[in-house]
Amino acid sequence: MREKKNPIDALWDFFCSLRLTIVTLILLAVTSIIGTVIQQNLSPEEYLQEYSEGTYKLLDSLQFFDMYHSWWFLALLGVFSLNLIACSLKRFPRVWKAATEPVLIADDSLFQTFSNVDEHLVSGSVDDVKNRMETFLRQRFAGPIVTEKDGVVHLFSQKMPYARFGVYVTHLSILIIFIGAIIGSLWGYKAYVNIVEGSTESRVWPRGSNAPIDLGFSVRCDEFSVSFYEGSDRPKEFKSLLTVIDDGKVITERRPVIVNDPLSYKGITFYQSSYGTTGDTLLKIKATLKSTGETVDLTVRQGQQVALPGGASMRVLNFAPSFQNFGPGARLEVVDAGGNRTSFLVLKAFPGFDAQRNTDYSFTLSDFQQRYYTGLLVAKDPGVWVVWLGCTLMVVGSMVAFFLSHRRIWVTIQPIGKKVGVKIGGAAHRNQPGFELFFDELKKNLKSELGS
Amino acid sequence: MTSSLCFNLATGAYFASMVLFVVYLASRINGTALLANLLAYAGLAVHTAAIGLRWYESYQAPGGVGHAPLSNLYESVVFFAWTIILIYLIIDLKYRQRAVGAFVVPFAFVAMIWAQLRLNDSIEPLVPALQSNWLTYHVITCFLGYAAFAVACGVSIMYLIKIGKEEKTPSNNPAGGVLSIFPSTKILDDINYKAIMIGFPLLSLGIITGAAWANYAWGTYWSWDPKETWSLIVWFIYAAFLHARFTRGWVGRKAAWLSIIGFCATIFCYLGVNLILSGLHSYGG
Repeated sequence: MREKKNPIDALWDFFCSLRLTIVTLILLAVTSIIGTVIQQNLSPEEYLQEYSEGTYKLLDSLQFFDMYHSWWFLALLGVFSLNLIACSLKRFPRVWKAATEPVLIADDSLFQTFSNVDEHLVSGSVDDVKNRMETFLRQRFAGPIVTEKDGVVHLFSQKMPYARFGVYVTHLSILIIFIGAIIGSLWGYKAYVNIVEGSTESRVWPRGSNAPIDLGFSVRCDEFSVSFYEGSDRPKEFKSLLTVIDDGKVITERRPVIVNDPLSYKGITFYQSSYGTTGDTLLKIKATLKSTGETVDLTVRQGQQVALPGGASMRVLNFAPSFQNFGPGARLEVVDAGGNRTSFLVLKAFPGFDAQRNTDYSFTLSDFQQRYYTGLLVAKDPGVWVVWLGCTLMVVGSMVAFFLSHRRIWVTIQPIGKKVGVKIGGAAHRNQPGFELFFDELKKNLKSELGS
Repeated sequence: MTSSLCFNLATGAYFASMVLFVVYLASRINGTALLANLLAYAGLAVHTAAIGLRWYESYQAPGGVGHAPLSNLYESVVFFAWTIILIYLIIDLKYRQRAVGAFVVPFAFVAMIWAQLRLNDSIEPLVPALQSNWLTYHVITCFLGYAAFAVACGVSIMYLIKIGKEEKTPSNNPAGGVLSIFPSTKILDDINYKAIMIGFPLLSLGIITGAAWANYAWGTYWSWDPKETWSLIVWFIYAAFLHARFTRGWVGRKAAWLSIIGFCATIFCYLGVNLILSGLHSYGG
């Protein structure tokens, strides 16, 4: 009759089981698909356009609209972590012992477990053979530890005992990454800010919240520019020149921030994320009074009324960077001294065109400046370095776990009649075929060594 | 010599290699397998030259658009084919099991012929998000990983064919015909494991370099976008595969199926996400 386990042992065994690992990994893989098929974190209105109300309610109650943060997905990750910790705790002490307290003396029962063994009977003294075997192991493998017991000499050599820890480093790295992610979600934030060229901001707006966060310093956008590849509308570069001002002092001035090259200050990082234009455009207009030839250069905003030589005045009614197919153009209105209004179009691409009108003035649009705002993603993530540490450990740990093996060789030297018996055996904790090849080569060398 | 001519030559070499492997399976004449392998080597050499030439050509174009040829769907498919042949030849050097070629070289050929016939092969300048050294590290590690999974999938198919036949026939009568030149199920199982052992750390590295890049470009190392999530799904499947080997009852057939499912998920992660789902990773898809 099977003994009934107490509940704590049963729970421990449950979390130590490798079957649980496989089931959890497959469940994680399968459930993760949901969030790639159902778009995540949209507004209820957007979901209702796609799903019926009943379906929406069902999916919402299952937390499928933010499934990677749902209680059940986090619970699955929790089980995964507990399983990983339990498995590692259970196996680690034995592995630690195997790596740090090696069995120095191989008795017959241990020799029987080796699939790689060899035996020789040689003449000479035990001491002489011991010295030769020591040198042999040092040259061909690794320096041995010598133990003498009851007239029998035992040699033990090993290589890369730390290879056994690779798998634990890999497991630990996953937990470290989780810890980094938790730190980031508790003490970090993602926010946005739009800064108009020439203006300064010290507050940013976190996602899904109306309350701004005060940065404790301010950022000025000196300039934003967007460039395109020649002859195409494919963007080449989005660039903001940012100045950081802390406590009245300029920390960095006009630092270019482009996609893939963010700006960091005091643990807060600014990423080039979007851009746009404000309605505010500065126009450079050249006005000529035809009767005298007098010319003035005007810099005006849309709607701003300016005086012209000769008593009339002018304003820009509207402006478009692309006027139908004619490029940048502005509609101007002139009010003469008598109060008569005339409006007409000037195009940047056709500077001589307006002079042909039969009026007192002629105008050319020489340039325009649109004011841009830069859209910055502002991120604070104190856990990111923990995540990178975890990632590094994962790469190192998995390389060690997959490609290195702890290899051990035992030699027993004892007098047998008037001769000396040499027994050699070896084992590797993984990659048996590779070790077999190595051991066969070792056997060949040993034969010529002892035969000579 | 232009890169596109070289790509066509490589495609031709892989086609000839694939045909000869099939001939080898049918005829069991060792010479054909040797020739098929030599063609795969020749194809790889021309293919490498083609990728190098395309790289060079991108710098010759006006407007400072030069970049490593790893930036759009065409370039990635072509690179995928290159990595498949590379990983196959490395495994061939170690195991010398020629029949495996018949199940792996076709993956590379299908990728090449699809790229040559259906995809846009013009060299395009990089949009700002792609202007990063991480692009190169990310793409190279991911595709080497994918290629190792392709090889694992090929041998898993062989395993399932062979074990199915062996279980039907008496045990003291090894499978005859085509199957006699298949490696033993033990070796197939071992190659499957070894290939995934190569692929898994590369996939991990691919995901990590992708996360590092995302952190630089978008300010977040993980945003559960469909591409990221699918790469994690693939990672989960192969992690399950690796742990399954330590558990009784999960070796052999089940391991082979996990490997095939893993590769299907890999292909979906690579192509399905771009072509079917939407997200940040929609470059050139």
